[in-house]
Amino acid sequence: MCLAVPMKVVEIKGDMAVVESAGLKREVGVMLLDRVRLGDWVIIHAGFAISKLTRKQARETLAVFEEMQGLG
Amino acid sequence: MAETKLGKLADRLRTFSARPGTKIMEVCGSHTVAIRRFGVQRLLPAGVKLVSGPGCPVCVTPDLFIDEAIALARQGATITSFGDMLRVPGSRSSLERERAGGSDIRAVYSPLDALQIAATTQKETVFLAVGFETTAPVIAAAAQLAVEKKLANFSLLTSLRLVPPALKALISSDTGLSGFLLPGHVSAIIGRQAYGFLAAGRLPGVIAGFQAEDIISSLVLLLEMQNKGIYKTVNNYARVVRDQGNERSRSVLAEVFTPADAEWRGLGSIPGSGLALRPAFAALDARKRFAIHADSAPARRGCRCGDVLRGLIDPPACPLFNRSCRPDHPVGPCMVSSEGSCSAWVTYG
Ligand code: SF4
Repeated sequence: MCLAVPMKVVEIKGDMAVVESAGLKREVGVMLLDRVRLGDWVIIHAGFAISKLTRKQARETLAVFEEMQGLG
Repeated sequence: MAETKLGKLADRLRTFSARPGTKIMEVCGSHTVAIRRFGVQRLLPAGVKLVSGPGCPVCVTPDLFIDEAIALARQGATITSFGDMLRVPGSRSSLERERAGGSDIRAVYSPLDALQIAATTQKETVFLAVGFETTAPVIAAAAQLAVEKKLANFSLLTSLRLVPPALKALISSDTGLSGFLLPGHVSAIIGRQAYGFLAAGRLPGVIAGFQAEDIISSLVLLLEMQNKGIYKTVNNYARVVRDQGNERSRSVLAEVFTPADAEWRGLGSIPGSGLALRPAFAALDARKRFAIHADSAPARRGCRCGDVLRGLIDPPACPLFNRSCRPDHPVGPCMVSSEGSCSAWVTYG
């Protein structure tokens, strides 16, 4: 039930925003995040954005793993 | 490229020389489903076992909660709920059955939809607030909106649960666990920082995403740490999870709710593992607002969902599994929810 999907912010209306993914648009609450900007990728759960996605951090995920492999 | 990387990871897991008797718990129901859908259980090296944990909200919710919701529906309230609660059997009936019998019960995607329903009717509208730390802030934000919009006919029947207290209870009850695959989206809220107690209990933990690659790499990380005696919590889902979690969500949550003792199916009552509405939001508390006459009966005999949720048995060890209890005719909540371990075992084999 904690499944959540990444969607892109295409319009901001105060505490709400329109997000889009694969042509599907949805209005969601953004009051659970600090500073949501146009073009941000956010994780949507039950009608609210709960986390932001970043490319940089995606690379760090990999780095952690490679580091651990290096230990072996 | 992606495929070769996944293949390499899979080989690394399959050929890992792990300590015999290693038991890793995947806490989150979405992980249970992903593991079985991708067939990750077939990649486990010798001596390693994956067990499901108490991370399916529908599964850990006690029968009494369903009974309360049914009582409210029979008293004439409109019940709004995430869809997966509807088929869960209470002690005598389910919300789905009550709906067929004429009660006003509606599945919604978001508590925002429940607010919308409340705004368009005079009827008492109750939202079934079920879920973990991922969902609790969402419900807290909806509660604040209900107050802001002066929706006098809206209330919450709460059964929210917190993950860390349940993991602590599991560790202290000596279930023989060697490490945890930690829930990705719960962790997006609470952060890596919330799992400090794992290191204290000499258990490694890895926060994982939901792709095959995320899960396999996280399992390899767990086994590596176990072999090396490293008891850390590693964030292997950093594209979504910040180490400090989402502070804004936690502060909205804390404005509306305060930790309270709560009952879990299989685990009993765990101190500070639930959430109660703060006094300022008492008007939204369905239990304070209505006299609820829940009609409870003794627990279903034979259902071992509670043992499945503690990782003590695999679903096929339940005598009813895939016999009298099947996804199209579920006896217990672990078969009802698509994220339940019993359901995942039947669906994906
Ligand atoms: S198979 Fe059905 S009856 Fe057995 S534990 Fe699972 S949900 Fe309960």
